[in-house]
Amino acid sequence: MSGTRNPVTEAELHAWLDGELPEERLADVERHLADHPEIAQRFERYRAQRAMLGQCFGPLIDQPLPDRLTPPFTAREHPDPAPSRWNVSRWGRGALWGTAVAASLLVFVAGATSGWVLRDRMAGAGEPPTAAFIADAVAAHRVFSVEVRHPVEIGVEEEAHLVNWLSKRLGKTMRCPKVTRGGYQLIGGRLLADSVGPVALYMYEDAAGRRITLYIRPAPNTSGSAFRFAQDGGVRALYWQDNGLALAVTGELDRDTLSGVAEEVYGALNS
Amino acid sequence: MTGDDALSGPLMSPPDIDDRAIADHVPRLRRYATALVGNRSDADDLVQDCVEKALANRHALRDPSKLGGWLMTILHNLHVSSQRGRRRRGAEVPVEDLADDLALSAPPADRGAVRDFARAFAQLSDEHRTILLLTGMEGLSYREVAEVLELPIGTVMSRLARAREKLRVLLDGGTQQVVRRIK
Repeated sequence: MSGTRNPVTEAELHAWLDGELPEERLADVERHLADHPEIAQRFERYRAQRAMLGQCFGPLIDQPLPDRLTPPFTAREHPDPAPSRWNVSRWGRGALWGTAVAASLLVFVAGATSGWVLRDRMAGAGEPPTAAFIADAVAAHRVFSVEVRHPVEIGVEEEAHLVNWLSKRLGKTMRCPKVTRGGYQLIGGRLLADSVGPVALYMYEDAAGRRITLYIRPAPNTSGSAFRFAQDGGVRALYWQDNGLALAVTGELDRDTLSGVAEEVYGALNS
Repeated sequence: MTGDDALSGPLMSPPDIDDRAIADHVPRLRRYATALVGNRSDADDLVQDCVEKALANRHALRDPSKLGGWLMTILHNLHVSSQRGRRRRGAEVPVEDLADDLALSAPPADRGAVRDFARAFAQLSDEHRTILLLTGMEGLSYREVAEVLELPIGTVMSRLARAREKLRVLLDGGTQQVVRRIK
């Protein structure tokens, strides 16, 4: 047994999931998971929960703000958590705002979904990656690219480990460019889960701190496809299928720069 | 690069937190509050209270780089005290509307899963929702969560383990793995 000398604890398994496990325990924890498929399965569910948390609530960050939550704010001189006169007026404003948000949300949703669907249909025959795939890639980009402390699970300083690990989990060898001509440098990556299974997310950053993500999902039994373009608000994505993988490059950048990055990724994967 | 932070004068006290600095955190606070309380109007009330309280106490924050965590702590404490009052009054929270809204903003194929997830998440205790959101969505480290919640780090880790298992059972069914000791 692997754990007799230095048993792996539940806390370490969670730390592993959250990217807080000390490097020297990584091998022990991964061996423990390999030896105990039922535990590995339970932690995969936890990982899926976390991805779902982002997918479910992540988009809330893009909601338009009501006036009372935009500056200039009015400071109360004497902080008072809940004086009773506030409750009355606040409920009124809350209810009104709720209606306004519901209306704006519907408009946003209708615009976004019809956009994806339309582009998917226009892409024509073959087996194009689905709208759901793009939505997942864009959601992952939105959730993780704004992270300050933990944008990636494994940093580029452990590039070999990162690529081996993600390749193993996706069952496909993946080489990705470390630096792109546009000046984006690989900063690391993480394993995600979506409804189909494991997903690899690589993140790049340029000198100005702009981030792009590369979202890769296994897509067995599919043929290659041309690059396709999608846009949701300021976020643009180029996606394609190649060599048993579905890929999306996503970022808040112009279409030409995005195409350049996608070409390089395509080249690296086929080198 | 502005480069003027070191040159703008010998400051005896740290620069004041201004509206803009706080406003930068509002979308994130609001997302967190909405997921936590399960409806938009209560979440906006909570964020507004948090902003007002932060401004009124702005001189208490010594290190401006900790603004995000500090705001989160204020919001957390306001929520905990409002929940005490709510429990006494027995008010109910309309979580269904939010679950439906969230499902609508998901791609059609994922709508059912998003709605089920939002409903299951709403069944968790406040403590469990808090810990899952701070780690899983806000991406805080265990240490940062411990600071925000003013708890020992061991409590953070065991609460997180229980919350994940509770949510797993709500979503997948089956029996709950008993998490007694995690060390």
